[in-house]
Amino acid sequence: MNSSAPKRLTMPFDREELSQLRAGDACLLTGPMYTLRDAGHMRLIAELDEAGEDALPYGLDGQAIFYAGPTPAAAGRPFGAIGPTTASRMDFAAPRLHDAGIAAVIGKGVRSQDVREACIRNGAVYFVTVGGAAAYLAKCVTASETLAYDDLGTEALRRIEVVDFPVFVGIDVVGNDVYSTV
Amino acid sequence: MAKTITRDMVANTLREALPQLAFELPADIEAALRAACEREESPRAVMALNLLVENACIAREDRVAICQDTGSVWVCLEIGPDVSVQGDVLADANDVVAEAFVQHNLRKSLVRDALFDRANTGDNTPAFCELRVSDKPGARLHVMCKGGGSDNASRVVMLTPGAGKQGIVDAVLACVREKAANACPPLVVGIGIGATFDKVAGLAKMALMRPLGEAAPDPRVAEFEDELLQAINATGIGAAALGGSTTALGVRVNTAPCHIAALPLAINMGCSAMRRGTYEL
Repeated sequence: MNSSAPKRLTMPFDREELSQLRAGDACLLTGPMYTLRDAGHMRLIAELDEAGEDALPYGLDGQAIFYAGPTPAAAGRPFGAIGPTTASRMDFAAPRLHDAGIAAVIGKGVRSQDVREACIRNGAVYFVTVGGAAAYLAKCVTASETLAYDDLGTEALRRIEVVDFPVFVGIDVVGNDVYSTV
Repeated sequence: MAKTITRDMVANTLREALPQLAFELPADIEAALRAACEREESPRAVMALNLLVENACIAREDRVAICQDTGSVWVCLEIGPDVSVQGDVLADANDVVAEAFVQHNLRKSLVRDALFDRANTGDNTPAFCELRVSDKPGARLHVMCKGGGSDNASRVVMLTPGAGKQGIVDAVLACVREKAANACPPLVVGIGIGATFDKVAGLAKMALMRPLGEAAPDPRVAEFEDELLQAINATGIGAAALGGSTTALGVRVNTAPCHIAALPLAINMGCSAMRRGTYEL
C-alpha cells in the first residue's frame, strides 16, 4: 500500500525524481505537458521516419505527452474539458518516443509489454488519471498553445500548462504496473 | 385520433437534450457515484470517486462538458401503435447536432469514413439515427452521447445455446477484466441476449437507457442483473480501475427470442459519465 498523500512534482521531470516513484503513487503535476493522441502520433512518427533519425521536434525532448483531445475553450478557461484517452491505442508509437526522449506519458488503461519495457529501458513513467473527470482536470490547465497539426482539430499537438494536475503512477521505471496489482 | 410526430418536435427535443447531456450527469448516475464513494474502502478509489462527483458539480455549474469526449450522438425515435409519423422526422438531426456542438463548445469527434477518409467532419455529424416501433403507447426520443473509449470496450459474442447462463457470465467477466480499465469505470454495463447478430448490439445499447433505479420488469432479468453486478464488482477492479469495490454501478439486461442454434450476446460498456436520456414527445 502506497502513502495516500500525493507527491508534488514539476515538469519537465527530473529523471532522478521519476525513478523514485512507484506504481500506485498519487502525484500532483505542475508545469508544461503536450497533448497528442491517435492521428497526431501517426503524424509525428511519419515525421521521424522522413527525417531518418529520431530527434524529437517541437521541443518534445524530455517532456511529457498527455494522451488527450480537449473540447474548445469555455467558462473562461483554455478548455471546457480535458481528460485522458485510452493509452493502449498509442502503444504502437510509445516505445519509439520514449527511446527518443519522451520522459513520461499520461493516459488511462492497460499498456503493452513493449511499453513496460520501454519505461524500464529509458527510466520513463506512465501516469494514469481519472477518465470522466475532464471538467475538474480542465480547471488545472492555465494556458494552451497549438504547436502543430492544427488541421486535426482536437487531435492537434498542444503545449499546455497545468497546476496540481492529479495522477497516479501507472507503470514505474522498474516496470511495476498499477493495473496488475489490482 | 393518432398523435402525429413532426420533424420539429424531434429537432426541438434533441436541441434541448444535447447541452443537458453534455453538462449534467444524469441524476441516477450521480447518486450511484456518491453511494459508491460512501461504501468504498480503497483510498485510491475514494480519490477517484470524489473526483468524479466533484467533476459532475463543476460541469453542471460552469456549463462545461462532463467529459472531453462529448461522444457520438445516437438518436432513437420510439413510436407506439397510437402514433403516426410524418415522413423522415429524423432528417434535421444532423443540423441540430452540428449547431449544438459548435454553440456549446463540445468536441467534434467524428471522421468522414472509418477507413478511407479519417478527416474530422468538423461538426460532430453525422448523428446515428433510428426509428423503432414499439407496443408502448405514445412516442419518446432516446438520446445517448457515447464516448469512444467505452464503446471500444464493447463486444458481440455468438455463444452456443449449451453455454447457457454460465457462458454469459464468463463472457461478461472476461470482457470486464480485459477492458474495464479502458472504459472509465465505474461502468454501466448494457447486455443484450438473443435476436440476431445485428440486433443483439441494439438490445445492449437500449438496455443502457433504463435508469439505475428502475428494476427490470421481468424478475428473472432483475435477478440475473444482480448476479452479474455482484460478479463484476467481485473482480476488485474498482473506480478508475485502481482497485476498489465498485467496478460497475449497474448492469442492464435485455433478452429476446432467437434461433434454435443461437445464443447471441452483446456487451455495450457505458462509462461513469453515462450520458443518456429518454424524452416523451
